[in-house]
Amino acid sequence: MHVDAFNQYHAGESLIHHLDARAKVVVAISFIFSNALLPDGSWVTFTLAWMFLLLANELSGLGLGFTLKRSFVALPFALVAGSAIFSPLGEPLAVWDLGFMTLIPTDAGVRRFFSVLIRSWLSVQMAILLVATTPFPDLIHALEHLRAPRVLTTIIAFLYRYLFILTDEARRLLRARESRSANLSGRKHGGTLWWRAKVTGNMVGQLFIRSYERSDRIYKAMLSRGYAGHLRTLNPHIMRRFDWLILILSLTFLLLVQFLGWIQ
Amino acid sequence: MPVKHQAVHDIRTPLCEGEILQVQDLEFAYPSGYAALRGIDLCIREGERVALVGPNGAGKSTLMLHLNGILGQSKAILIAGLPVIPENYPVIRALVGLVFQNPDDQLFSPTVFEDVAFGPLHMGLSEEEIYQRVEEALAAVQMSEFEDHLCYHLSMGQKKRVAIATVLAMRPKILVLDEPSAGLDPRARRSLIQFLDTLPITMLAATHDMRLVEDLFPRMVIMDEGEIVADGLTSRLMANDSLLKAHGLESSRA
Repeated sequence: MHVDAFNQYHAGESLIHHLDARAKVVVAISFIFSNALLPDGSWVTFTLAWMFLLLANELSGLGLGFTLKRSFVALPFALVAGSAIFSPLGEPLAVWDLGFMTLIPTDAGVRRFFSVLIRSWLSVQMAILLVATTPFPDLIHALEHLRAPRVLTTIIAFLYRYLFILTDEARRLLRARESRSANLSGRKHGGTLWWRAKVTGNMVGQLFIRSYERSDRIYKAMLSRGYAGHLRTLNPHIMRRFDWLILILSLTFLLLVQFLGWIQ
Repeated sequence: MPVKHQAVHDIRTPLCEGEILQVQDLEFAYPSGYAALRGIDLCIREGERVALVGPNGAGKSTLMLHLNGILGQSKAILIAGLPVIPENYPVIRALVGLVFQNPDDQLFSPTVFEDVAFGPLHMGLSEEEIYQRVEEALAAVQMSEFEDHLCYHLSMGQKKRVAIATVLAMRPKILVLDEPSAGLDPRARRSLIQFLDTLPITMLAATHDMRLVEDLFPRMVIMDEGEIVADGLTSRLMANDSLLKAHGLESSRA
């Protein structure tokens, strides 16, 4: 795997790229909260939120479908909401007798399930767009400006930085195993399942120790060059009038969406 | 509403006349109880180039990590007259440019530019100065055209150069190199030696490369089992075969 497999930043010169990172973070987080707060089944406002997302996609110059393609990674997590289908809130739609238990899907349950699915799908896309249009140090820096707890920002910064170490070391280990996994024709190869499980277990242990030690060396290298707990960025961060304008417009729009969602 | 960042620390490097590095009776044991350094005495004057040689596990790297306080404070070490204590860390880390053995550990940012800018940025310098220093440092290692490249894609020789640039950008008073020529092919090694030779800076390098020592370092310090066992002119120590052999080394002509 490539070192920048985790670097989701897509360089660009668009309006969204040039927005101040703080404005982007506030809008993205408000968007996520707004989705979470909308009542179940307010399809019109979900559509409005989706339009907002599409507009942001378009303005970022990355294309309308940019975040859509990447959003499916989060789908399995959203499926956990599947149990909502059977919440005993509304009218029963059917009765499924599975022998050991009886499941009763309800109309309110189905509505809730799809609402949760849409909420998470929209929110994940906005987060993807935020990360794609903001260089990582700027993102952390913006969070620091927004008074996010230091511990949190530092953890996120290192988590991100060390992800590639883990994959890098894993790749080396796999390569070493591959190159010694010969098989002679006519002979059973690969050993027993137990033996293979043992090898894999040892590799996981190795992976942990190696990445741990390497992360320690990298931390030392950072300290040696003056890192003292804050990630800094060279990019200018000035809230221009334009940033304020976009911020206020976006927040007004989200408030409007909330209003519409609740008067329905 | 432009946000101004004030320099967290005032990094004005103290004037230093004479000894840039003074180590007096430095002892250190790892938490496991292993005594890695047992009473090190070492002084290096400005402009000197000193090679640190010795078998694996002699304590060379441990000593180097001490010089900028990575392994904790130590009053036994004075850098430009400043003891290595937490209050002085920011200044000392700017004074002592530590280049790690493995450039993959040293280059942790995505692009070459970002990595070289990391040091100056965290010293709290102004924007123009950061750009200027990055440009200068990359020019010094002849890697200017690689500014926007990903560190990961460089060759070993290029990585070494960039690793040195990341430290040069902080304008250190003493360059501390751990195994500078390890893992380089003969041509890359040769050009690294030529390049290091042009740097007008105090240097301390741990190495096993005896030809490098002979070419670049007039003074040589031999370490073994956490102690300095010899310190003197390279030409003289290199001629002492029995001394070299006793500490797992061999002369460049061997």
